[in-house]
Formats: sequence, C-alpha cells, structure tokens
Amino acid sequence: MTELSVLVGGRAGDGISNAGAMIAQLFNHMGYFVYMYTDYPSLIRGGHNYALVRAADRPVGACNNHVDYLVALNQETVALHLPQCPDCTVVANEDMVKSLPRGQAVPVNAILKEEAAPPITGNSAMIGAFAKAAGIPWEIVEKVFHRHMQKAADENLRVAKRAYTLVQTFRPIPLLSGPARSLLSGNEAIGLGLAAGGLDTYIAYPMTPSSTLLHFLAGNAEQLGIRVIHPENEIAVILMGLGSAIAGAKTAVGTSGGGFCLMTEGLSFAGMAEIPIVIVVSQRTGPSTGLPTYTGQADLRLVLHAGQGEFPRLVAAPADPGEVYLWSTAALRLAWKYQIPAFILVDKTLSEGSYSVDPDRLPDLQISEPALWDGQGTYRRYLDAPKGGISPLAFTGRKNATVKINSYAHDEDGITTEEAALVAKMADKRARKGEELREELNRLPCISTGGKKDAPVALLCWGSVGNACGEVATDLDLRVIRPVVLSPFPDRQFADACAGVERLIAVEENATGQLVSLVKEYGRNLDDTILKYDGRPFSPEELKRRVQEVLTL
Amino acid sequence: MTRNLITPVQNTWCPGCGNFSIQHTLKDILTDMEKEGRSLDDVVLVSGIGCHAKIADYLNINTVYTLHGRTIPVATGLKLANPDLTVICCAGDGDAYAEGLDHLIFAAKRNIDLTMIVHNNRVYGLTTGQYTPTSPLGFKGKSTPSGTAEYPFNPLELMLASGATYIARGYTRKMSQLGQLIRQGIAHKGFAFIDVLQICASFFNMTEYYQSHVYDLAGHDTRDFGKACTRAREWDYNLDAPIALGTFYEQVLPTFDERLPVWHHILQDERMNRVRDLFEAAK
Repeated sequence: MTELSVLVGGRAGDGISNAGAMIAQLFNHMGYFVYMYTDYPSLIRGGHNYALVRAADRPVGACNNHVDYLVALNQETVALHLPQCPDCTVVANEDMVKSLPRGQAVPVNAILKEEAAPPITGNSAMIGAFAKAAGIPWEIVEKVFHRHMQKAADENLRVAKRAYTLVQTFRPIPLLSGPARSLLSGNEAIGLGLAAGGLDTYIAYPMTPSSTLLHFLAGNAEQLGIRVIHPENEIAVILMGLGSAIAGAKTAVGTSGGGFCLMTEGLSFAGMAEIPIVIVVSQRTGPSTGLPTYTGQADLRLVLHAGQGEFPRLVAAPADPGEVYLWSTAALRLAWKYQIPAFILVDKTLSEGSYSVDPDRLPDLQISEPALWDGQGTYRRYLDAPKGGISPLAFTGRKNATVKINSYAHDEDGITTEEAALVAKMADKRARKGEELREELNRLPCISTGGKKDAPVALLCWGSVGNACGEVATDLDLRVIRPVVLSPFPDRQFADACAGVERLIAVEENATGQLVSLVKEYGRNLDDTILKYDGRPFSPEELKRRVQEVLTL
Repeated sequence: MTRNLITPVQNTWCPGCGNFSIQHTLKDILTDMEKEGRSLDDVVLVSGIGCHAKIADYLNINTVYTLHGRTIPVATGLKLANPDLTVICCAGDGDAYAEGLDHLIFAAKRNIDLTMIVHNNRVYGLTTGQYTPTSPLGFKGKSTPSGTAEYPFNPLELMLASGATYIARGYTRKMSQLGQLIRQGIAHKGFAFIDVLQICASFFNMTEYYQSHVYDLAGHDTRDFGKACTRAREWDYNLDAPIALGTFYEQVLPTFDERLPVWHHILQDERMNRVRDLFEAAK
C-alpha cells in the first residue's frame, strides 16, 4: 500500500486552499487517488489555515494526522505542525519562517525579485520547492500548472522552476500507473449532478459550507444553461424556488442548518401543494451559528422532520462526490416524478473536500420523467390518480389549463376545503406518493455496504463518515453498512445488509446518535456508539483506535 | 372561448367587505383582457393568507394560494421561470407590511415585473381584529387592548424610497378609479405597487372617515419623484389629513429579468457534453 500526506499551512488569505489544490493535482497526475481537507477558521485574513492532501494507490476520502511533507508558509505552521510529524520532510518560506529546526528554506522574496514576479506568485515557489523535495518530475509540474493555474501559468512556472532548482530531493514519491482523475469537491459534484438531472434554476443565499455550490453554479451558469439567483434571505430562496417550479423550471436551493430553519415553512408548503424542489443542506457544527467552517452530522433529524404536518420527502446523504453526483441527479428527477421536496444532505467535510472521481464509472440511476398532463378535458392540479396518487403535472401558463396551487387543505381542483372526508382523502393521496417512492427506491442502491461484507461486526454510519469507516473496516476486517437514503427509510435493504451481523457499532459526528435512534424505529438496536462532535471529521487513525477500544470491551 | 371567471365556491367575506370591490374590479379587467384577445392562461394571481386571499378560490384563473407574507418571492419565481406570465399579487397589509416586508422592499428594489395589490384594511380580519403596520397610533385591538404604542408607517413613502417604479393608492368605494389604477399597474413594465384602502366591515370600519377625506390627485406630475414624496407624505396613515388617490409616481426602468444575464436554455444532450467538459477540466 502506497500512501502519503502533505500539509500546507499559512495565514488565512495566503491562498492555502489553492496551493493545496495544486499539490493534489500533482499527485493526481502521478496516478494517485487524492483527498484534500481544508481547515480554516471563519475569518478572511490572519488566522491559521491549512490544507491536508492525502494521496494513495486506492480511493481515499479522509485524512490522517500523520504528515510526510510539511509546506510551511509561516512560522505558525512550523510551530503547530512540526512537533506532530517528527519524520516529515519540510520546505518553508524563508521570509516568513525565521526559526526552522530542520528542513529546507526557500528564499521566496529573492526568487520573486529575480523573476520580477508579483507577490501572488509566491506560492508557486513553494509548490516548486515541494515538488523537487518530493522528487516529482518537472514535466508533471509543468502540465499541472498549464492545466490548473487560472492566470499567468508561464510566469508562475518560472517562479516554481527557480525554487525547484534550489531544493534537494529528500524523499522521492513513486510514480503510479493510474490515469489522472477528476478532482471534485462535494459541492461541485452536486452542481454537476443537478445539471445532469436537468436543473434550470439554482437559488441560494450564501452560507458556509453551502456557498461554494452557489459560486460554482453562478460561475458556470452560462456554460450549463442554469439561471442562478441570490435573493434577500432563505425564506425568499425557497419560495422563489417554489414559484419557479410551479412555472415549470426544475429548481434547487441550497443552504446550511440556520438558513434551512428559515426554509421550513416553505418546505411544508411544498409538501402540501405538491411542488417539486431540491433542497441541498450542508451541515456545519451547531447549534445556532456554531462553528461555521467546521463539520458535523447533527441535522439529520432536523431534515427528516422539518416542516409542520406530514408529507413524503426524499432524503439522500451520499458519502463522496461520485455518489453525490448520482444522487443529485436522482434527487432532482425523483422530486419531479413524485412532486415532493427532495434533500441532498451533506456536510462541510464533503462539501469542501476534494476527492478523486472517475466520471466514466458513474452509472445512471435511470429514473423516468414526470407524468405530464395530456391536455385532455379539464385540468385538475391535484387529481387523485390511481397510480400512487401522482397527479399529472401542468405548469402555470400551460394552454387550456387552469392551475390552482394551494397551501390550504384543498380538493382535487386546488380549491380550499375543510370537509373532513376530503381532507383525509387528500392526505392519503399525498402519503401514497411516499409509498410509491419507497417502492421505486427498492430497486436503487439505497444502502451501501463495504469492508468485509460477511463480517459479523459492522460499522453503521451515514454520509461523509463512510470514508473513514471504509478504511477502518478494511483494516480490521469489519463490515460497513451505510444508508444513503434516509427517507423513506430503506428498511428492507437495511435488513438485508444487516443479515449475519452480531455486533453493530454506530459511528456518527453528532452527540446523540441520530441514525442510532432512526434504525431503532425499524427494530434494530445498536450495540455500541462512537460519536464525535468537536467539528473535526474522524481521521481513520482516530476512528480505528476508538473502534478497537470498543471491540476490547 | 370565454370562461366563467367566478368559481362556484361559496363566498365567505362579510357583507360590505372591501374585498368584493377588488374581486369585481379584477374580474372586469380579466374580462376585458379576454375580449382584447389575451389568453388568461398566461395570467396568474398569487395570494397571501388572510381574508383577501380567498380571492384565489373565488376567481377561476391560475392561482397560487401561498403563505402569509410570501406572495412576492413566489410571484418572482413564477415570472423568472416564465416571463410571458402576467403576474398579479393580492396581499393583505399584514402580509405585505408585516410578515413579508423584506420581500416587498426587495421587489421594489429589483423592479421585478409584477403588480402588487395590497388590500389595506389596516387591521387583521381573519384572526379577528389585531393591529397591523398601518393601524393608527393607539389602535385598540385584541392584542393591544390599551392601544398600540407605535406609529403606523407610510407604505407609499416606503415604496418611493425602495425604488418601486409605479406607485398608486386606490379606494374600494371608488371602483372605476381603482380599476384604472390596477389596469395601469398591470400595463406597467416593472414593479407596480397599489395600496388599496378598504374598510373592514367587522373590525375597522373607516367608511365615513375615508368618504370625507379622500380626493383625486389631479394635475400631479407622476414623473416628479420629489413631488411624489410630498404628496405621499400629506397623509401619514395616522393624523387627520386629506387622502390623495391616484398614481403618485411612475418611471420606466429596466426590470429585474431584463437586467439578469440572458438565460440560454441548453438541450440536455448538449448540457451533458458540458458536464463532461467540467469533469475533464477537473483532471
């Protein structure tokens, strides 16, 4: 097994995330699978930031604390991280790091002066220095700079080359034979998946960690043919989204916990009025403002139950960008087919982390188009259709259709009613859509299993934690059971996945075990729980230790 | 084919309610639109929640019976998704000025092309009589039995400050003028705001007061922002003053959807090529 980790650290505003992304691409073009985690406080300039890049000869989706190479852009990086990695190879910016116990100092300012290059190219010197220290062939550096440097690739390459020439190779990294893969963040994968599902409009108010989805779609709006709107608040976001969907535009909205709280009344409206909408919720550490730039999985119950009244909803919580892409496409199509709200529930780790994705290996989940009104007779928006209660869709503006959408209890025409029998009949109609959806989900991969698939001890998890669980399970010969769909809960697939399990250990990044209580509703008790709620994702190292502790009990 | 514009739904507004005037005014306008060859399939009425909002059940056209305070964002979404729609919002004063005030200001700021009719009876009727943002100081309602401790705000002044490009005030007992104002509002390209004074027969019957105070704006230059402000401030919805009715301000400016980047619909096959391009660019 080949793997290695690089930490790039500096001040907020130093371009750490970009530097990390370039290093990730270097590994990518050496044939490695890559994962990058960024750790940064909620401020624009000054605080300590770092990017952790992990490369391996197999898919990875989590980082360890162990670091092989340290790229220090400031003194604090050396002070904070060097003691943690006594055997790592170090390159440091000489101008910023005055005290360097060991490693190679890079005269960044002098290089910039010699090249008459602007300060913004300084990180390229550090990337060049790292590449040489790690024995990465210069052709790969050139290729990556030309492909991924937004501006002035040649100037940056000249700066990088000077540092590359100055530094000694310390620990060369072997080249692998794998192809370069797409490096995508979870949020980028959501954007691409929604586009593939036929998205017309994306509406959002900025909120970390969902904002990069807004930025990605706004930045690619023209290319993808998607309209992107940023309104006054999340209440407007979801209601604009619903108006947009009523007029026939496939629409998604995105936010994090606090913004989603503002959306809940609109969510319930979507449930009652049967308006399709995709809602992306990217979790951060709560409650309240919490830790804006850190992760958590404490909003599962919120998303499952938000909104007054009862109505069916789809909740999908994928674990990596490949799965995110598939389920974003699926969520959009299922929302439209069943005229329901559909959630993509992710977290900071997944939204902002970068992962290797092989686009050629992404299947299509094959979900059929929504049933549209055939134009015959008088249109009834809420016709209680025999097939799963799904009324044929006509959009406002459709010829010869009077479309009456209603948030009140209503009859099949969309006229308000308080008549007892009719109220119950229409509630049944909506509930039947949920049952129909449950049936369709039975043929989709709603539960992911991994590790040693017949092991009697299994880790139960959901979302991004699945990546660390997968590694630990492989290491310790355990099984992993990970529901991807959490509503309607895939109870049959879950029972199948649990066959032969004697001991079930839950792993979640929250303090109360929200999946634990959910599976309990379906008759499965957990034997142990491993919880983490400090805003940081599980590293495989830490998780392995905690699983071992539990196993020795 | 002309349609029967009134649904068979039983009307539950109180006798003498100002909502009847607005309903019939809209019905007449819709009838005329049809006569002019306009298809009512392209018209949508968006209502909030409150007595006024029952109009969604009573008019036989496309409607979205939304949530309290949320007509505007829904209407904005409809208009952006289908620019051919004529979008009319009917909202109450509780809707437009309390629960959904932020949306009202932003609709004016954006100059989104829709018509906002505020059924302003200056009281909550459906919840049986509480003060609203336009109730006068000291209003004794069920939630303020000893009288409100806050001034009303002046919605016309607020809309002038927020950038609305058509601002008018009507009165439900002046139906022909009301009809004219709403017609102008619908014809106006941009955000048209019409504050309609209506009496609440059950909880705040201002008929006598309005009858003795209203007058028609005549010889007023609707292009003059400064004069519009002066006229709008004449009555502050609180103290005794003449109440002008008519168009206060009118201005032609680009609308929200005109200013947004042009949206090019892309066929799904072509879009999938571009999705693949983005996957490729991430290599």
